[in-house]
Amino acid sequence: MPKKHAPIEPLSAVNHNEAPKPLVSEDADKRSTIGLEYMTYEQLEEFGQELDEVRQRVLNDIGQADANYIRRVIKVQRSFEVLGRVGLFFPFFWPVFLLGLAFLALSKIIENMEIGHNVMHGQYDWMNDPMVDGKRYEWDIVAPAEDWKRSHNYVHHTYTNIHGMDRDIGYDLFRVDEGQPWYPRHRFNLPIAFMLMLVFEWGVMHHGVERSDYLSGKISKAEFEAQKKRAWRKIRRQVFKDYLLFPALAVPLIPLTSWWVPLAVLGGNVVANVIRNVWSFNVIFCGHFPADVQTFTEEEAQNETRGQWYLRQLLGSANISGTRLFHLMTGNLSHQIEHHIFPDIPARRYPEVAKDVRRLVEKYGLPYNTGRLSKQVLSVAQQLAVFAKKPADPYQCGNSPESKALREAQQAAAAHADVPVPERSAS
Amino acid sequence: MLTVNHVRARVVEVVRETAHATTVLLRPNGAWRGFVPGQHVQFGVEVDGTRKIRCFSVSSSRTRRDGLFAVSVKAHPDGYVSQFLHNELRPKTLVYLSQAEGDFVLPDPVPDFLLLISGGSGITPLMSMLRTFRDTGHSGRVVFLHYARSRADEMFTDELDQIASSGPSTRVLRVYTREPAAGAELVGRFDAGHLEYLGIDPARTPTYVCGPAGLIATVNDLYDKLGATEQLRTEYFKVPAIDLDAADATGTLTFEKSATVVDNSGATILEQAETAGLTPEFGCRMGVCNTCAIRKNHGAVRHVVSGEVSANTDETIKICVNVPVGDVNVAL
Repeated sequence: MPKKHAPIEPLSAVNHNEAPKPLVSEDADKRSTIGLEYMTYEQLEEFGQELDEVRQRVLNDIGQADANYIRRVIKVQRSFEVLGRVGLFFPFFWPVFLLGLAFLALSKIIENMEIGHNVMHGQYDWMNDPMVDGKRYEWDIVAPAEDWKRSHNYVHHTYTNIHGMDRDIGYDLFRVDEGQPWYPRHRFNLPIAFMLMLVFEWGVMHHGVERSDYLSGKISKAEFEAQKKRAWRKIRRQVFKDYLLFPALAVPLIPLTSWWVPLAVLGGNVVANVIRNVWSFNVIFCGHFPADVQTFTEEEAQNETRGQWYLRQLLGSANISGTRLFHLMTGNLSHQIEHHIFPDIPARRYPEVAKDVRRLVEKYGLPYNTGRLSKQVLSVAQQLAVFAKKPADPYQCGNSPESKALREAQQAAAAHADVPVPERSAS
Repeated sequence: MLTVNHVRARVVEVVRETAHATTVLLRPNGAWRGFVPGQHVQFGVEVDGTRKIRCFSVSSSRTRRDGLFAVSVKAHPDGYVSQFLHNELRPKTLVYLSQAEGDFVLPDPVPDFLLLISGGSGITPLMSMLRTFRDTGHSGRVVFLHYARSRADEMFTDELDQIASSGPSTRVLRVYTREPAAGAELVGRFDAGHLEYLGIDPARTPTYVCGPAGLIATVNDLYDKLGATEQLRTEYFKVPAIDLDAADATGTLTFEKSATVVDNSGATILEQAETAGLTPEFGCRMGVCNTCAIRKNHGAVRHVVSGEVSANTDETIKICVNVPVGDVNVAL
């Protein structure tokens, strides 16, 4: 069976500081067109250097305060989890039970967003503390860390919003951008999104098992099987902990209270996970799917410079404004733009980085997509509704005869080119 | 914080042994399984948020009843951690330890006649042995031959004086190479004559040597020549050689898990690993995604973007944006 896509081939890191280009064109002289509507190549170069300076300045300042911060967050999160777990054992006294539920949901939100996500980006690797080592960390969610890190840290953060490369554009489920071909299932964009919101952690897990990449030959069968195996192992672990172990610990309470207490503990765990799902879904969908967030083609991004890479991250992300507590609860992903520009800088630094980013945005007259949570959520919903409608242009419909003919012609051309398609090495 | 399996200790006291050497007295937690004299421990201390880890020898007696133990360190002029210990470490600081490690230890039972040789700060593991002999009333004969630059530069001077005069079974002989004591029995660096003077036949004397590479090489050569190699046990700690100004790549790059050693080509560690036929995980290859981060066991690396050199033992690095500076050992 002919392979439809060449594997993703990152550029070597040699001479990184001179020309970091995640996508290479066959034509070495071709220049990426990203950002030309805003800046000249010289300005793009300067823009990249200015952001590199910001990065270096923040890196030079990182130290004890950042270490203390993440440890304090971990301490608070662990206390919340203990309070939550204990509170759930009091279903016969509902105020305590509800408080327990709230604490457990909060603890899961903080663990997933401010601790798990950020630690696994390697934001605290400089501390050399095994507790916050991006390589070893495993989070409290059914998605295994290893596969999430590949699809998120590597694919999504390197090829952000490039069609055909960043699988986070609509998560293979939704049509959120004009550049995606429309299929009849996209009519159900909104109801499917609502359902995904409730079971978001399972969606994240499923996303890490790259079935479409396997079917199109981007990953080997062995790697695909390994992804499935890791997912099942993590599912067993999470289900055992939340839905078997803690309800079972409530069984000894039955003689003292009532038969339904373990069921209430089970219910509390389910609800806490759902609350976390709803929250993280909303924060994450607001990061890339509001209106005016830009997407790119491979063609445009080929041979991009450091400045253009930074600019693509800026144009492809959206922020949410809010209070300090709100930012903490989102794991500072409310500063999605700053996070995408510097994914491995401790997230608590993003508000500080945002000042510099805004300064550069002013200087070069760039868009900066931000707004309150309600505004961004509404914008996402509108986008989902707008792109659910069948486009008039048949080439935008994936199942139209015109699109099919075009794809066949492209495949035939590719077959003639006779380019050997190398296998991605199993990692 | 779960510390059930993690060895932690509180600093009880920091003693300045000389102008450059420090002893740190530690109270370990329950996870500490104790040590055998001659062993070392990985010692991690947090400096500005970063845990820095180095290997230091235990210098205290094994028989302490209070459960405390001590490590002793000579501050290396470029040694970040040893300087920190000497100048800034305060009592009550929490330090992160490994279990005691190393096989530079005495056999059980201890041989009736034993030669211990040390140079400079190499005295630390042997001091632990000497103190343990003293405290356990060891009856066998021990000769301790120590080389220091001067009496002022010598660690544990008072205690060595005491041990020297405590009885006939232990003979302590110190040679001050730069400022010899008046009427000293021996002068200069170690050579065959020093053993002859002491009436020691290397072929029949179990010998433990700890010190700088030069001393160890000299002793090694002598024992080799006399066919006494099986009597000799040696130990020295390597300080990572940071060669900032080297235009050309130097040293070797060791991939620990795959038992592969290559000459440093100056390329990133990821590149060199791939050239060597290994397939480490990688992602963006531009220092963003963290997919390639692995443990560096020891050695210095330079970040290709920031130019920052990092020489920590046992730290996580992104191999796609780090080049080795001198000898480097990574967990690949």
